[in-house]
Amino acid sequence: MPNKQINTKQTGMTLIVKTITRLTVGLILLYGIYIVLHGHLTPGGGFPGGVIVALSFIHLMLAFGKETALNRLNQMRASFFESLGAILFLGIALLGFLGGYFFVNFINKGEAFNLFSAGIIPLCNIAICFKVGAGLFLIFVALVVLSNQEEK
Amino acid sequence: MIELQLLLLFMIVGAIIAVEARDLLSSVVAVGAVGLGLSLAFLVLKAPDLAITQLVVEILCLIILIRATINRDLPLIKDGRWHFNTISTLVFIVVFLGLAYLSLKDLPVFGQPLLRVAANYLSEGLSKTGAANLVSSVILDFRAYDTLGEATVLFTAVMGVLAVMRKTGRIKD
Repeated sequence: MPNKQINTKQTGMTLIVKTITRLTVGLILLYGIYIVLHGHLTPGGGFPGGVIVALSFIHLMLAFGKETALNRLNQMRASFFESLGAILFLGIALLGFLGGYFFVNFINKGEAFNLFSAGIIPLCNIAICFKVGAGLFLIFVALVVLSNQEEK
Repeated sequence: MIELQLLLLFMIVGAIIAVEARDLLSSVVAVGAVGLGLSLAFLVLKAPDLAITQLVVEILCLIILIRATINRDLPLIKDGRWHFNTISTLVFIVVFLGLAYLSLKDLPVFGQPLLRVAANYLSEGLSKTGAANLVSSVILDFRAYDTLGEATVLFTAVMGVLAVMRKTGRIKD
């Protein structure tokens, strides 16, 4: 099986895959950020956008091997972003006490169908994006990379 | 609704292939086909948010499963109590279908829910939250407690995976 070398050595795939990845990985990351930022206007939101952001890093890791992806986003930084997303979400919810109660939409709602509208909903989307993206990337790293290291 | 029934038939066939395939990688690919069919079914039912989420999560799960199974060989156990297993499975399928027929008969018609709260969200969602995407206004404003719980579940899952799979502090044997 030709894929055996990829899985055990973690060095990445062939030149064709690397070239295509160099072109597409930025577009995938940008698409994830677009889905997150327009979550209150078009279908999407924090969860799918965060998964797409995580998929762009996983794409990098599958094509270029473990080191390249972990240089961009290592485990410490990913775990920092995951905790940051969780505490941002909870902080936005707690800031609702300024307007009355937990999770109240205390920022001015603005005009509908604009990018800067809907109060706290875009901020919550960004926080959930941090959480989901970093968390799923960490799960991938832990399940695939670390378990393969132990077998050697 | 004929396209929805065709999609459901496709998903049932994919699930049967996933159970019956000899190769582990073929099973994983068949599971991915079932997830793609589910995403298309959400799109047919006019739920693009769910379709996007289902599609990207399916891709992520497929990558993890393929990386986990690409050069493993699980032995297929064929001997044993074949007749007993088949007969008990058939009995349970018949019981489950009968109970499902009895219980699903009384469900309200599709598109006419019993609870009136959803209609309230539909009519007042834009003016109360200012979000044009109604799903986003429901999950982050009307039902934000559910989203907080879901975020907690994901946080706990990541911490559990990292605690089980960690390298430091593990006793070498």
